[in-house]
Amino acid sequence: MKRESLLAALGTLALVACAWAVPWLKFILTIALAKGIAVLGILLLLRAGQVSFGHSMFLALGAYTVAFLAPMESEAVLLLPAAALVAAGFGLVIGLFLVRYRDIFFGMLNLAFAMVLYSLLEKLYSLTKGTDGIRVAALSFAGTEPERGTQEWIVFGIALGLAILFGLLVRFYLASPMGRALAGIKTRETRLEFMGVPARRVLLFAYVLSALMGGVGGALIAMTTRHVTPQIAYWTSSGELVFIAILGGAGSALGPFLGSVAFELVRVYAAAAVAEAWQMILGAVLLLVILFAPGGVWGLLSRRWRA
Amino acid sequence: MADWFTDNSLLLGLALLDGLANAALIFMVAVGLNLVFGVLRIVNVAHGSLFAIGAYAAASIGMFFAARGLPPWMGYVALVLAAVAIGAVLGPLIERLLLRRIYGHEDVLQLLVTFALFMILEDVQKLVWGVQPVSQDAPLKFLGTVDIPFGEDVIPFTAYQLFVIPGVAVVTLLGLAWFLRRTLTGRVIVAVTTDKEAATAMGIDAARITLLTFSFGAGLAALGGALASPTLALVPGIGAQTIVLSFAVVATAGLGQIEGAALTALLIGLGRSIAVYFAPEFEVVVPYLIMVAVLLVRPQGLFGVIETRRV
Repeated sequence: MKRESLLAALGTLALVACAWAVPWLKFILTIALAKGIAVLGILLLLRAGQVSFGHSMFLALGAYTVAFLAPMESEAVLLLPAAALVAAGFGLVIGLFLVRYRDIFFGMLNLAFAMVLYSLLEKLYSLTKGTDGIRVAALSFAGTEPERGTQEWIVFGIALGLAILFGLLVRFYLASPMGRALAGIKTRETRLEFMGVPARRVLLFAYVLSALMGGVGGALIAMTTRHVTPQIAYWTSSGELVFIAILGGAGSALGPFLGSVAFELVRVYAAAAVAEAWQMILGAVLLLVILFAPGGVWGLLSRRWRA
Repeated sequence: MADWFTDNSLLLGLALLDGLANAALIFMVAVGLNLVFGVLRIVNVAHGSLFAIGAYAAASIGMFFAARGLPPWMGYVALVLAAVAIGAVLGPLIERLLLRRIYGHEDVLQLLVTFALFMILEDVQKLVWGVQPVSQDAPLKFLGTVDIPFGEDVIPFTAYQLFVIPGVAVVTLLGLAWFLRRTLTGRVIVAVTTDKEAATAMGIDAARITLLTFSFGAGLAALGGALASPTLALVPGIGAQTIVLSFAVVATAGLGQIEGAALTALLIGLGRSIAVYFAPEFEVVVPYLIMVAVLLVRPQGLFGVIETRRV
């Protein structure tokens, strides 16, 4: 408990120090934090034993909301909640349908919705400029329009702040009765219902929350890369989120961030070392983690303490 | 409405013919995926990669044969060789070295292991065959085209896509149904699918059946790819496309259904190719719309059986 907070504080310091010492890392770490927030949502669903193979749709919804609205409203402080709302709204509508399904059907239906969104983004050229993607217009932050270097720091700061906020929220939520009921869906849903707990509503709440965090993650990615393409909604991007969740470990709200930083760093170094085979290296890392460290990075760390 | 049909009969005809070939290919992949899921209880994300590798391997072997000056009908031997090689080599390799280690783990982890495998195979495929389009259409050209009268029009359509691809799919469907219901090995596979514990208690070597089923499924996916290879320019990403499509078929049909998978593949294949001709923007969406519509009404899939919930 105490160690978790300590690790979180140390991690935060380390991130800031790295971003300050190695300027190009700032970009990668911002992306990692943004994805980490989205992966927190995957973590919630994993608690219920469900895996969404289409969560990239919420990343895409958040990212495209920012890209569409930025020319009209450049204020990032307004764009972020707007992206979160759009994603949560879609999450609610889709979720109402999805929470009736479990396991493979749940995963594949998520995939289906994500693929529908992907192809709409790709094909509706007049609206989305297809695979070329949309450039995100210049943003302002609380009324100011800072120069590029400062802006990168601001987005990094926002991402870090939101990561901590959502991390705490998820921790609080998982410890609450609602969060405990999620684990009940995984072990024996029928027993949950015998106790009078509406399992579908419990899952729906988690789903909407996870969609919201996906939207925030996507919005932050759009603000960092300043360019959004349909690729963000493709199923491999969803797979990546689940990958990060397992890499980091599903045991703690810190897991997603440990996982996403590790993931982005491995990806950058693997792509630099062997441009054609970075996917292969990531795949091999994933296999090694699953076979030899099923608790992920978090599991490795917490085991060390107990020993 | 009647006017619309006469005006568009040519396009509609083409869409139906294309859809048939398309459905046959999806069926080959989906039925393997289904079979493997039945026995291993693992949704194999890398199944699409086996389709892609089968396609590339068939093209390579075909080109090798052609370069050696072998007669053109050897192109068909190349297709079968590629499928058998992948089923017999890659299948056991993956099952023995990788999947065997994770049976009984959480579903999510099993899914991710195959996702990792997918990532690895995608790159292996790029390293071996590069990223430039590969195409080997000799088997397509060898059989020439057939003129099909359609209303007042005549559609020239390749005999390969009209007869060979659907033919192989039908033979696979019938052969598989016979194999699973009439032979000992087939019945043992069904037994393991239905209740692995009970089957093992009866003295069935589940490990052997698992290996066999996975290799067989891999071979079917590779055969699908090999059959498709003369009709496509092979590029990276066809594996990823194929797998999501066959997921849609399997989920729509319901798990563990073979004839159901065939009908669903036909439904989705036709739906998709009609979209290609009449609303190309929505080509990719159609399979999922069909899937969502079906699952809304029948959550267990068109032909799926509701499993009793174990308390």
